[in-house]
Amino acid sequence: MSTHIGSRRARHTAGPSGWMAVPALLFFLVFAIIPLGGVVLLSFSNWNGLGAITWAGLASWTEILTSPVTINALVVTAKVIVYSFLVQTPISMLLGVFIAGSQKYRALLAVLYFVPLLLSSAAVAIAYKALLDPNFGLAQGLNIPALAQNWLGNPDLALFVVIFVIAWQFVPFHTLIYQGGVRQIPASLYEAAEIDGAGRIKQFFHITLPQLKYTIITSSTLMVVGSLAYFDLVFVLTGGGPGYSTRILPLHMYLTGFEANAMGAASALAVILVVIGLTLALVLQRLGGKDRSASQLEGL
Amino acid sequence: MTVTRPTRSSQYEAQELEPASDKPSRTTFRRRLPNLPGGLGAWLWLAVIILPIYYVILTSFKDQAGFFSTSPLWITDPTLDNYALVLENDFLRYFANSLIVTIGSVIPALMVSFMATYAIVRGKSRFLGMTNKLFLLGLAIPLHATIIPIYYMVIRLQLYDTLLALILPSIAFAIPISVLILATAMRNVPNELFESMRLDGCSDWAMMWRLALPMTRPAVVTVGIYNALQVWNGFLFPLVLTQSQDLRVLPLSLWSYQGQFGANIPAVLAAVVLATLPLLVLYVVARRQLVGGLAAGFSK
Repeated sequence: MSTHIGSRRARHTAGPSGWMAVPALLFFLVFAIIPLGGVVLLSFSNWNGLGAITWAGLASWTEILTSPVTINALVVTAKVIVYSFLVQTPISMLLGVFIAGSQKYRALLAVLYFVPLLLSSAAVAIAYKALLDPNFGLAQGLNIPALAQNWLGNPDLALFVVIFVIAWQFVPFHTLIYQGGVRQIPASLYEAAEIDGAGRIKQFFHITLPQLKYTIITSSTLMVVGSLAYFDLVFVLTGGGPGYSTRILPLHMYLTGFEANAMGAASALAVILVVIGLTLALVLQRLGGKDRSASQLEGL
Repeated sequence: MTVTRPTRSSQYEAQELEPASDKPSRTTFRRRLPNLPGGLGAWLWLAVIILPIYYVILTSFKDQAGFFSTSPLWITDPTLDNYALVLENDFLRYFANSLIVTIGSVIPALMVSFMATYAIVRGKSRFLGMTNKLFLLGLAIPLHATIIPIYYMVIRLQLYDTLLALILPSIAFAIPISVLILATAMRNVPNELFESMRLDGCSDWAMMWRLALPMTRPAVVTVGIYNALQVWNGFLFPLVLTQSQDLRVLPLSLWSYQGQFGANIPAVLAAVVLATLPLLVLYVVARRQLVGGLAAGFSK
C-alpha cells in the first residue's frame, strides 16, 4: 500500500489511490446496484415473499401493463409530479429570492421555514389527518365553513390534499436551494441593471431567472425524483384511497408486493419506477446543457 | 454572464464557510427596491407552516373531552396525560431503537463517504471517475424501488427483523448525497495546501485527516445531520425489514400508536411531538451548519 502511494508520488502524479473509495463503493454496490439488477430479474419471476422463486417469463409484465390499476397509478403519479412541480417551484423561488436578502428577520424566517423538514413523513401525515378532520380539525377553529370538507374521504379532493401536504413538507428544502443559488449571483449584474434603469421585475426576468438556470435544474431534478419516493407520506395519509385516487406508483408497488404478495409484479412496477426516475433526471440534466456536465466533471 | 460563473461559486462557498465575512455591496442597493410579492409570500407561507404545527402542539396538551368540545385553536385545561400515556407505551424503547439505527448508519456512512470523496476529488484514475459517476447516478434513481431485492437479501443474510437490517441499506443510500456535498466542499480546499503537505512528505492518508477533514468540517457536519434526519425519519425500511414490536423505530411507532390509541387524537399528536423533539433540539444547536451547508452543497 505504502509502496503504491510512494510510486505515484515518484511519478509526480499527485493523488490518492483508489482503495479509499472501495468501502463506499462496496456498500453502494451491494445494497443499491445489485438490488437494482435484482429487481429486473425478479420482475421475470414468481415469488410470494416467502417460498421459492420460480421463473415466470413475461407474466408479471403482461399482468401489470394490462392492469387498469397500474395505468391509474401512472396517471396519478404523473399528476403528482406535474402539480408538485407547478406548485413548489414558483413558491420556492419566490421565497428563496426573498430570504436571500440580508435583513435579520429574513434569516429568522429561514429558520422557521426549515421546521417541516425535521418531521418524518409519518408524523406529517398523522398531523394532517387530524387537522383536516371536518368536525374537529382546523376548519372548525378558523370558522371557515368552506374548509370543512371531507378532504381525505372525497376522491376528487384527496389528491390535491396529498399535493398540498407534499408541498408543505418540501417547499422549505427547495427554498433553501434557491436561496443558495440567488446568493451566488454577482451583485455587479444588479448594479449594472440599476444604472440602466431596469426595474425590479425586469431585473428578475433578465438577471435572476437566467442566472438561476442550474439551480432550477438541480431543484427540479430532486423534486421529480423525490416525487417517486413520497411513499410513506401517502401511505399514512390516505393509504392510496379513497378508492385508487391517490395510489401513486411507489405505493402501488409496495401494496402489490407486500400486501398482495405478488413480488414479481411489484418488481416490474419497481423497474418502471426506476426507468421513469432515470429518464426524467437525464432529460432535466440535458436541459442544463454542456456547462453543467463540465462543472460536475471538474476536479475528477 | 457565463464568464462570471467560475468565480461566483468559489466566492459564495467562502461566504458560507465563514458566515461572519462581509457580504458584497449588493445589500445596500437591494434595500432600495422592496420585494413586495416576496415579502407577502414569505409571511403567508410562514402562516401556512406555523398553523399546523401550532395545532399539533396545542392539541397534544388537551384531554379527549377538551379535544371534542373546545376550539382547535384554543385550550382551557392543559394536561400532560397524553405524554404520560405515550411514555408508558414503550416510547423510550422505540426512541432507543431509532437512536441505535441513526448513529449506527450515520457514522459509518460519513467515514466511507469522506474517504471516497477524498479519493474522488484528489485522485485522477479512471476507476475513481467511474465510481463518482455511479454515485451521481444514485441521485437520479429512486433507490427505494430496490426494496424487494433488499428484502430478499436481508432474509437470505438472516438479518430479517434486526436493527442491522435497517442500518446496512441506510448506509448505502446515504452515500451518493454525502459524496456530492462533501465533494463540493473539498474542491474548495486550495490545492497549494495539499502540495505543501506533500512536499513535507505527508501521505494521502495523513493529508486526508490532517488537512482535508479540518478544512471541510462544516460540510461533514452538514452531511451528518442531513443523513441523521433521513434515517431518523425513515419509514419504508423499518416497515418492510422488521416486524417485532421490540424493534420498532419512531416513525413506525407513530403509525402503530395511531391504530392503538384510535380516537384519542391528542395522544397520537403527543407522540408526534415527542418523536420530533430530539431533531428540534439538534436543529437549534446546529442550525447554521445544516442550512448553510445544504444550500452550499446543492448550489453547485
